[in-house]
Amino acid sequence: MSATAETVEQVKSISGEKYKYGFVTDIAADKAPKGLSEDIVRFISAKKREPEWLLEWRLKAYRRWLEMPEPQWSKVQFPPIDYQQYHYYSAPKSDDDRPKSLDEVDPELLATYEKLGIPIKEQEVLAGVAVDYVFDSVSVATTFKKKLEEVGVIFCPISEALERCPDLVRKYLGTVVPVADNKHACLNSAVFTDGSFVYIPPGVKCPMELSTYFRINEMNTGQFERTLIVADKGSYVSYLEGCTAPMRDENQLHAAVVELVALDDAEIKYSTVQNWYPGDEDGKGGIYNFVTKRGACRGRNSKISWTQVETGSAITWKYPSCILQGDNSVGEFYSIAITNNAQQADTGTKMIHLGKNTTSRIISKGISAGKSDQTYRGLVKISPKAEGARNYTQCDSLLIGDKCGAHTVPYIESKNKNAIVEHEATTSTISEDQLFYLRQRGIPEEAAVALVVNGFCREVLQQLPMEFAVEAQKLVGISLEGSVG
Amino acid sequence: MTAVSFLEGGLDANRALPGDGLDWLKKRRDKGAEKFGALGLPTPKLESWKYTRLRPLDDNTYTPVLDGAGDASVKDLPSVGDVAGRLVFVNGKLREDLSDVSDLPEGVRFGPLDEILKDDPAWAEAHLGVVAQDADQAMLALNDAMMDSGFVLHVQKGVVLRKPVEVVMVGGMTDQPVAYFPRNLIVIEPNAQATLVKHHVGRGVGAYFANAATEIDVADGAIFKNYKVQAESMQATHVSTTHARVGRDATFESFNLSIGGLLSRSEAWITLAGEGAHCGFNGAYMMRGNEHCDNTSYIDMAVPNTTCKQVYKGVLDDAARAVFQGKIHVARDAQKADGRMLNKTLLLSNEAEIDTKPELEIYADDVQCAHGATTGQLDQTALFYLRSRGIPEALARNMLVQSFLGDALDEITDAHVREVFMDRVVHWLPAHCYLAGEWKESA
Amino acid sequence: MLEIKDLHATVQGKEILKGVNLIIEPGEVHAIMGPNGSGKSTLSYVLAGRDGYEVTGGRIIYEGEDLTELDPEERAAKGIFLAFQYPVEIPGVPNSTFLNEAVNAVRRYRGEDELDKIQFVKMLRAKTKELNMSDEMLKRAVNVGFSGGEKKRNEVLQMAVLEPKLSILDETDSGLDIDALKIVSDGVNALRAPDRSSLVITHYQRLLDYIVPDKVHVLARGRIQKTGGKELALELEKNGYADYAGEEAA
Repeated sequence: MSATAETVEQVKSISGEKYKYGFVTDIAADKAPKGLSEDIVRFISAKKREPEWLLEWRLKAYRRWLEMPEPQWSKVQFPPIDYQQYHYYSAPKSDDDRPKSLDEVDPELLATYEKLGIPIKEQEVLAGVAVDYVFDSVSVATTFKKKLEEVGVIFCPISEALERCPDLVRKYLGTVVPVADNKHACLNSAVFTDGSFVYIPPGVKCPMELSTYFRINEMNTGQFERTLIVADKGSYVSYLEGCTAPMRDENQLHAAVVELVALDDAEIKYSTVQNWYPGDEDGKGGIYNFVTKRGACRGRNSKISWTQVETGSAITWKYPSCILQGDNSVGEFYSIAITNNAQQADTGTKMIHLGKNTTSRIISKGISAGKSDQTYRGLVKISPKAEGARNYTQCDSLLIGDKCGAHTVPYIESKNKNAIVEHEATTSTISEDQLFYLRQRGIPEEAAVALVVNGFCREVLQQLPMEFAVEAQKLVGISLEGSVG
Repeated sequence: MTAVSFLEGGLDANRALPGDGLDWLKKRRDKGAEKFGALGLPTPKLESWKYTRLRPLDDNTYTPVLDGAGDASVKDLPSVGDVAGRLVFVNGKLREDLSDVSDLPEGVRFGPLDEILKDDPAWAEAHLGVVAQDADQAMLALNDAMMDSGFVLHVQKGVVLRKPVEVVMVGGMTDQPVAYFPRNLIVIEPNAQATLVKHHVGRGVGAYFANAATEIDVADGAIFKNYKVQAESMQATHVSTTHARVGRDATFESFNLSIGGLLSRSEAWITLAGEGAHCGFNGAYMMRGNEHCDNTSYIDMAVPNTTCKQVYKGVLDDAARAVFQGKIHVARDAQKADGRMLNKTLLLSNEAEIDTKPELEIYADDVQCAHGATTGQLDQTALFYLRSRGIPEALARNMLVQSFLGDALDEITDAHVREVFMDRVVHWLPAHCYLAGEWKESA
Repeated sequence: MLEIKDLHATVQGKEILKGVNLIIEPGEVHAIMGPNGSGKSTLSYVLAGRDGYEVTGGRIIYEGEDLTELDPEERAAKGIFLAFQYPVEIPGVPNSTFLNEAVNAVRRYRGEDELDKIQFVKMLRAKTKELNMSDEMLKRAVNVGFSGGEKKRNEVLQMAVLEPKLSILDETDSGLDIDALKIVSDGVNALRAPDRSSLVITHYQRLLDYIVPDKVHVLARGRIQKTGGKELALELEKNGYADYAGEEAA
């Protein structure tokens, strides 16, 4: 079956149940009491048996957080967040005796992942993908650990990394996204509970795609995962991240931090399919997705590539960025963002050119439908020393329906005459001509819209690893359901 | 009352101002003073002033101009030649000896603000402060409070002004830094047509601060072309705030050629208020030394079936810095809007800096909007190509810069003005060359 | 095959078709000629069911069924194909993907099994070979960057792939040089069969040298003014449309 046909099938199959990941898993959870205080920060740190330096680091972050203002500059709007209403730690009970193998994993948990469409075993075998599963706050299973260990790749929950290789974690943690970078990142620094840690040793090309699935399950739980990926000299890794959450009336908070470090000649490819619960048609419920993602191309000839497909969340606020320090380093940002109903997204990237001959490329495709509002916000900064730097930005918006909004806010700051920056942006709609042409050839209207939108996004979809590309194409169709007619 | 550090005597008007004795104007001035007092000078903390800091106002104290400030002898004033009328202001003071409005056609009023306030206060009350109504613009509020000069252009229904009218504003040549606050009011009634050329020129070595506000009402079916050359001195601070309203099937065309000024900020708010309205809002900037040039605009496509096109190109040498902030806003249900924006800048030196922010804010779906921005240096391949054909490097550079800016100047629909402006571009270039003549011939 | 009875249609409130009558039997090729603004393109859009082209009176009977309430995609599935005067660009969607979607949508509608990837590619290859077209055109996005001739050939390819029962060619000859015209005509002629009909809309007689019609109709001022054999086209070529010029004719 072709992709769009499949999309239509899928849309049909979930009519009435629009967000198909909206189930709650009934697993006994080990939770911290609601609210945030120094005691909670200590509780989390103790629960995770962390070293003293990390507790200090967290407390420092917490104290800074108390003083920091909320970011006001984005276009998203929401009532003030009551930080005391959330649980800052929630783990499935079975964490106390962690499963040694998949067979020991709570079957209910495995069933959850099956509903997500990622049966662990199958995916292990068929796709050869190593997966770290983060359920609410803690990592529940990492597959393929052994095979990775053979080549020296460390891929484990960050809490485990703190036991296995504390020096490595300490050396890089917070060096790309400083503790007080912004209020959301600062909160994450104080209360992060888990996330993935990846270290690729020099010269190693990671033999498989690494992947993490995040899921928020418990009610009133904030999720604050922290991901740190270090690609040592001459290494390569491709990392995939997916997210889902159950349907809830309240807004849940997700404030993650992702830090990437690429040393000389190293390359990191980071792909995200974000499909958090977007809230219902009237904007009730849904995830606040306030994420800080940043990569540092520290080494010469290093490369960091972000690809994101953002279809979920009530509010998305994220700007995966690259700091291009090393000479000849390369930063890329490929993005598809789809907002429908009452969703809001303010997303984009920053490319900070510091080294000589650094290049960056930004391809952003935004689709707004329903009553949603979407903003591309980007910064391209060329420092005086970035001789020969080059940036190309293409930023297109598509509007479907007359109640939505699409905005483009690019900042270009150039202080070097030998640098070339090019920016192009367009805003348009699906033309009546296009729809009629496709329908005249027999393609029904919803499928025709999905086809045009998939064509519009093609350049970005091509950047995704195969398995994700298919899923992303389906999501495009599902996310736009009900936006025409 | 309201003390401000950069202005001798603060905002208290202990001097004769145009329209003294008019109650409504007094209220407007008081309101402006109050608002400016509350807002203060804009700082980079404000998003719309992110890249521009009014530093010269920290470094100097300016004296509001007194009558004698306009007496200096000025020669060789710029002009586009054959005009229907001409007003010359020196440091904000009208110079009748240099002005000539004796030959205006029927139905055209073109004169200094204070004259209109005296002769026709009712008309002034009905039009002043109508188009410029924005909430939080400190520099507009300051002008409201202090307006001490400026002109009125009023073209009656259906009247077509065939020749342009011209305004020359000269600054400088005073012992102490001076400040003046021109307020310009332009009303083009339905189906009327007019072209205005404004020259801002700096003379002498004295610092001065010009804070102008211009209100433009282009009524239904009218055509108004607004051309400005800003050639202020290296000590000048030039801030101008323009508000324009464009009616049904009306056209508003604007070109801002910035070739001088220590610090300049041109801010424009344009509302396409009637269906079929079109706005061409263009400019070119050439800066060197420590000059700083900021072009900020907000074009509101408020109703369906409007079009706008914006082309801004610039060249920066030495440690000059330019800022371009453009925003096209398409209102909810303003379907079939067609908005285009382009900003391109050449950096000729490693100390130069460009900050550009071309923004689209769109709330209607059936639109065609696009923007583009580039920054870079002269095309090295083209430079080599020209040199390999025997053209000396300096000349080749000039040719390339000229052709680069030419794209923007091509947007000027008045052929004569375009020619005069191109001449100004050529004269800005490092060494004059025969190209100007050649260009004229081929154009 | 097709019977149009006293068809009236308006576009943006303006009546363009003012009582069109036409009967096309299976296997026949009909040509509709007429001056600019006579309603030729409107007729083609009305037959294909485009939004905004409102039928205000009369009926369109296709294979015994009234079409007027059907969506464009339903009509397509029933075998009506419109070759556009100005084929539309769909950026980012490869031609082959588009054709695959169309073929399977139509098959699903008819309750037939969808073609799998291999079957489809095989079928497509056969068609392009038949029409002497390069496979390269299949990889490019639909009509994006195509020359005028390529766009028209792409229309013919789609026709060949979808195998319609009733093909409507709306000024397919406009803007084509003689070589492209031959290729397009060959493609159309290859599809001629006893159970298939065509309606060729054109302003010029030239196309009808290559696609020889059974009947020629003159459409002017919203009505069929005259019907004849292929010799009528030659007559029109000689005398122009002056005889039929009314206020709507350009």
